[in-house]
Amino acid sequence: MNTELTGIIATFLLTLVIAIPLGKYLAKVFAGEKVWTDFLKPLETGIYKLSGINIKEQMNWKQQLKALLTINILWLFYGFFVLIFQDKLPFNPDGNPGMTPDLAFNTIISFVANCNLQHYSGESGVSYLTQQYVLMFLQFVSAATGIAAAVVLFKAFRDKTTTELGNFWEFFVKSITRLLLPLSFVMAIILTFSGTPASYEGKDQFISLQGDTVHVSRGPAAQMIAIKHLGTNGGGYFGANSAHPFENPSYFTNMVELIAQVIIPIAMVIAFGYFIRRKKLAWTIFGVMTIGLFMLLLPMLSSELGGNPALAKMGISQTTGAMEGKEVRFGPAASAYWATVTTIISTGSVNSMHDSTMPMSGTWQLLGMMINSFYGGCGVGLLNYFIYLIVAVFISGLMVGRTPEFLGHKVEAREIKIAAIITLLSPFLILAGTAIASYIFTSHGDAAWAVQPKNWLNNPGFHGFSEMLYEMTSSNANNGSGFEGLGDNNIFWNLSTGIVIFLGRFLPIIGPVAIAGLLGAKKFIPESAGTLKTDTKTFALMTFAVILVLNALSYFPALALGPLAEYFTMLK
Amino acid sequence: MKKYIIQSIRLTLVLLVLLCVVYPITVAFIGKMSKGNGGGEKITKNGKTVGYALLGQSFTKPQYFWGRPSAVAYNAAGSAGSNKGPSNPDYLKEVQSRIDTLLKYNPGIKKSDIPADMVTASGSGLDPNISEQGAAIQIQRVAKARNLDEKKVKELVAMNTLKPFMGMFGPSSVNVLKLNLALDEL
Repeated sequence: MNTELTGIIATFLLTLVIAIPLGKYLAKVFAGEKVWTDFLKPLETGIYKLSGINIKEQMNWKQQLKALLTINILWLFYGFFVLIFQDKLPFNPDGNPGMTPDLAFNTIISFVANCNLQHYSGESGVSYLTQQYVLMFLQFVSAATGIAAAVVLFKAFRDKTTTELGNFWEFFVKSITRLLLPLSFVMAIILTFSGTPASYEGKDQFISLQGDTVHVSRGPAAQMIAIKHLGTNGGGYFGANSAHPFENPSYFTNMVELIAQVIIPIAMVIAFGYFIRRKKLAWTIFGVMTIGLFMLLLPMLSSELGGNPALAKMGISQTTGAMEGKEVRFGPAASAYWATVTTIISTGSVNSMHDSTMPMSGTWQLLGMMINSFYGGCGVGLLNYFIYLIVAVFISGLMVGRTPEFLGHKVEAREIKIAAIITLLSPFLILAGTAIASYIFTSHGDAAWAVQPKNWLNNPGFHGFSEMLYEMTSSNANNGSGFEGLGDNNIFWNLSTGIVIFLGRFLPIIGPVAIAGLLGAKKFIPESAGTLKTDTKTFALMTFAVILVLNALSYFPALALGPLAEYFTMLK
Repeated sequence: MKKYIIQSIRLTLVLLVLLCVVYPITVAFIGKMSKGNGGGEKITKNGKTVGYALLGQSFTKPQYFWGRPSAVAYNAAGSAGSNKGPSNPDYLKEVQSRIDTLLKYNPGIKKSDIPADMVTASGSGLDPNISEQGAAIQIQRVAKARNLDEKKVKELVAMNTLKPFMGMFGPSSVNVLKLNLALDEL
């Protein structure tokens, strides 16, 4: 069998082998049961003590959200000022300049929100201080924020009726000490010994075999690359992200990075089922998500392995598939697999340039980000899926003419209103954002910005439209990958995507946590013959249909104007 | 509310120490034991650094094997792909001219012998590898420029071919820098 295909099959199977036990472990960690990492307890106790936190203090859902938002807003201010003044601060061996206020605004929101859209390039846009003390720091804590928010939701459904949802700080700290930090440590060591730089040495210079002088950017990259994948952040150390030979030296490290970005999102689904003692529910959710993965992966594999039809017309050999923007050591199959998981999960790191993938691959990448809950980001993937579940429960309830229920709690007008607002938010931000961008591109091409609107697009025609649509979609999904041909470091894109990222992050956290808090406080209704069971195949199919219909209705017109139009033009 | 603000500030400071001082410095310290001491593995020739094992270099002379086209001209102080879309007319012209260049400098090969990786820019612009077919079409040219037997060059290519990971996973590839170094050492 083709070694490229065996490579991705092995990667997927290894992912499951790690993720499923990890999920069971997480359920125990957050329930406070005995686990083998309990030797880390003194470290946690120390952190609580130094921070003045009493973890016995129970919070309701509103207090949980207050704590979450307070610390996130603090990080926004801290990071913004460090980014602006990085040229005057220490640890800047390459002498990189401070950021402009609009770029700093975009970058800091992007990293606080776990999005990691980057309008700068790692080699020339940030110092070693900001790489570690702002960007890598936020990769840890933003992932932990998402996980902690999901655990609050777990808590709401564990007991029959409750308003005490545990302590946010405890969930947050444990996500770091019991999960992100130990795994990052192991992975950073693996990467370092595979060739990724980890030391603090600055730029190097050498004379190549042919006699050219070459400068080489280096730095403590391995540490950041580990958490960038485990935390589904995606912000790379170097400009080319995981296509860069230093960030991703070999096929082996490519497998490691692919596995790392998927394990926690899958583990959170499993943990949910074990935590609320409804294992079957976890497996049906996992089933729907996995079918979603393959429905996006298989067509993408076929279009990338098939190669570029326009190049085929020139008469060259494309037995290795489409290679523009890809690296030889990974090949098109592992690149297509990566492009699928990085878009369905909100990682957004890339090992090939998505702008250069085939038009139909672009469609699947966009759709993956629009759905944003086939596994999804650390913690938040499950929160997004929860909204689809509530909508599915509501629609099913209407179909059979009963008051909808979810896990023994009545779903009423208030919850449905919140779910509806969150569902409508994504299409609103993506489509309105793209529409405004298109309007400025066509009508105000000469605006005197860092990149003039008429020069925004690296590609003409339908593909150019896809570049703008992709940027907005990626921002809303907190994904962070891009069709990087877009000239995005200017005031319009910095501000607009910054706002979209902020709303696309915090409202979809507040909404599900609020719904869960409201439901958890309601009277528990024991299951009866008339109860709609949410862990059956029928209901799984219903949820899947809801996801497809909602997204198709919202986005088909925009997709038709971009990648689909390009695809059909290329068929000619 | 005030309580949360103070807790947030204190927790942030504690985590900054744990995540941004303890963690990365420990990794950097252990990394000193890796090849290249955690600063990237270098390749030296006669005591001088001539490159990094993982980074591709620009090769344009006929006696060297050429790497893939690069959007950043193999400048390792930056990195990027071309970000050209598959139907962009300017891009397609560029590919056509790369095909013509290869045909001109490698007489004896057919258009259908040219693999896609030799006429498309890599994702990083620093791709150190080419496909086996990409090396095969250059053997004749390199052998002629160096007055070597084609068989000998073919052997060197085979010796510098990296097989799939564990023999089963992923594509095989040829490291251009190592191959060219081996040629220079003949």
